Amino acid sequence: MQLSLGPVLYNWAPERWRDFYFRIAEEAPVDVVSVGEIVCSKRAPFFTEYLPDVIERLEGAGKQVLLGSLILVSLRRERRQTEELCAADGPLVEVNDLTCLRSIRGRPHAIGPYVNIYNETSATFHVQQGATRICLPPELPISSAAVIAAAVPEALIEIFAFGRVPLAISARCYHARLHKLSKDNCRFVCEKDPDGLALKTLDQQEFLTVNGVQTLSHACTNLIGDIAALREAGIGSLRLSPQDCDMVEVARTFRDVLDGGRSAEDASGRLSELYPGVAFANGFLRGQPGFSFAQA
Amino acid sequence: MELICPAGTPAALRSAIDAGADAVYCGFNDETNARNFPGLNFSRDELRKGIAFAHGRGAKILVAINTFPRASATALWQRAVDDAVEAGADALIVADIGLMDYVARRHPNQRLHVSVQAAAANPDAIAFYVETFGARRVVLPRVLSVAEIAEIMRETRCETEVFVFGGLCVMAEGRCSLSSYATGKSPNMQGVCSPASHVAYEETGRGTTSRLGGFTINCFAPQEAAGYPTLCKGRFSTALGDGYIFEDPVSLDATTLLAGLRSAGVAALKIEGRQRGRAYIESVVRHFRRALDTLEDGSEADIVSLTPFTEGQASTLGAYRKTWR
Repeated sequence: MQLSLGPVLYNWAPERWRDFYFRIAEEAPVDVVSVGEIVCSKRAPFFTEYLPDVIERLEGAGKQVLLGSLILVSLRRERRQTEELCAADGPLVEVNDLTCLRSIRGRPHAIGPYVNIYNETSATFHVQQGATRICLPPELPISSAAVIAAAVPEALIEIFAFGRVPLAISARCYHARLHKLSKDNCRFVCEKDPDGLALKTLDQQEFLTVNGVQTLSHACTNLIGDIAALREAGIGSLRLSPQDCDMVEVARTFRDVLDGGRSAEDASGRLSELYPGVAFANGFLRGQPGFSFAQA
Repeated sequence: MELICPAGTPAALRSAIDAGADAVYCGFNDETNARNFPGLNFSRDELRKGIAFAHGRGAKILVAINTFPRASATALWQRAVDDAVEAGADALIVADIGLMDYVARRHPNQRLHVSVQAAAANPDAIAFYVETFGARRVVLPRVLSVAEIAEIMRETRCETEVFVFGGLCVMAEGRCSLSSYATGKSPNMQGVCSPASHVAYEETGRGTTSRLGGFTINCFAPQEAAGYPTLCKGRFSTALGDGYIFEDPVSLDATTLLAGLRSAGVAALKIEGRQRGRAYIESVVRHFRRALDTLEDGSEADIVSLTPFTEGQASTLGAYRKTWR
């Protein structure tokens, strides 16, 4: 089973972002790394300068690089960027919105977890269009994932296995709204929250995480105890989504379990040391409320 | 512009057409449609009768088969397509790409509308649906301003339909798992959002607390009306303050924007609310029929918003006027 690292979803300082990937290239036992600003097109220019170096380092270290497309494409500029991304001869594009399909179909590409593939007929359609790997929507139960994996054996099926889970995308920026700023004049206030902004219920129960136009869970997906079931279901890759914690160690922990060198229980304990103070969740996999967590 | 109205029951369908709807959209009483509420929606027989009633009065029936089929159960959704076509539906409203593929192959002459749940938010995505499946109309997501809609219309040959009244999704439709995170039930999979089965109200000394799946969505003072806990319209707490973080509990009312939508080139106006009763349907449809007729006559009189039927008696122009941009 492969390990893949999803794109950084938060607005990290560009140098930190670059150094994060340099360290991933050198130290993290992941096979695939998806890079690129996929949440907010306003943030993208900050990372453009470092992107070629990051790709070179990752590929030099033997990782396969995927370039993620923007999740919600509406402005003319965003459409142009998306089209250029799809037209370029470079790393495999990870499609996060159907906007890409018109220009990319017929050529190999990856599908990210923001494209609605809930069943075998839509998975088959995407594979016919050229999809070679598909990261399924995080809310999909394992029973559906197994049916899809069996229906498209030629594609690699991936599951979102670690990190706060992306739940919604909006045209409106909630970071800007909370700071009483307009979206066009947001002053990039989301950079103040490298792990997102905590949103609690009025009685102070942890609930969600605000990341600009994106809303994520508070709880951190943790499928390390479900690896045997995922293998059984034909899943070929586990996606780790970067949080503000030691992602190299997170990847090593998953790798140890995949290699049989560590028990899931021990590994889960290690993950809670690496990402302290955040509850784990795996409910979606079982068709339960997403926030819930059951030990395998 | 066509006026497209909701119906959750045969009675609502007849009311909507009598009140002036050009077309009514409805769904089967199962998980194939995105308003899968108990006691709502149509049997096969009710749909056939509804279509006969509508066609007898020059109105159309659009059938929404707009959830994402459950893996290994896609036959249920394909059957819904076949039955709707056979019953004489004027169009099918579909969200899932595999199901659109099925419609295009199996029923190439059937008029196909791209559901708002399919999240076609720009001309490239729309062109993809048109070129691949022969889609004739796209229901646009409620994340666009009137100017953005006009820009889309300049670049697309496909008809567009926009929401003008009712519940307002603040997140991109068809791409939101907030409800299933709290309850295990989602719009995409089960056709429900913030379902009543997971709602609880608790009276405390300080008022009423509304909960969804165990999470507090709002707290109301004793004199405050306790609204329904739709997740994205809740009051929450952050380090920057408490309040309606995503959106106030308001409904969309674009009555005053009809002229702008017409100049933008929009083909059809849609009213949300298949779950609403006949009184709502009748009043709202009549209101928009009059507003549209007034617009066609060229007079601007009497075009006012429709406050009594909106959520929390408060309305918004939503993304159509992006005050937050």
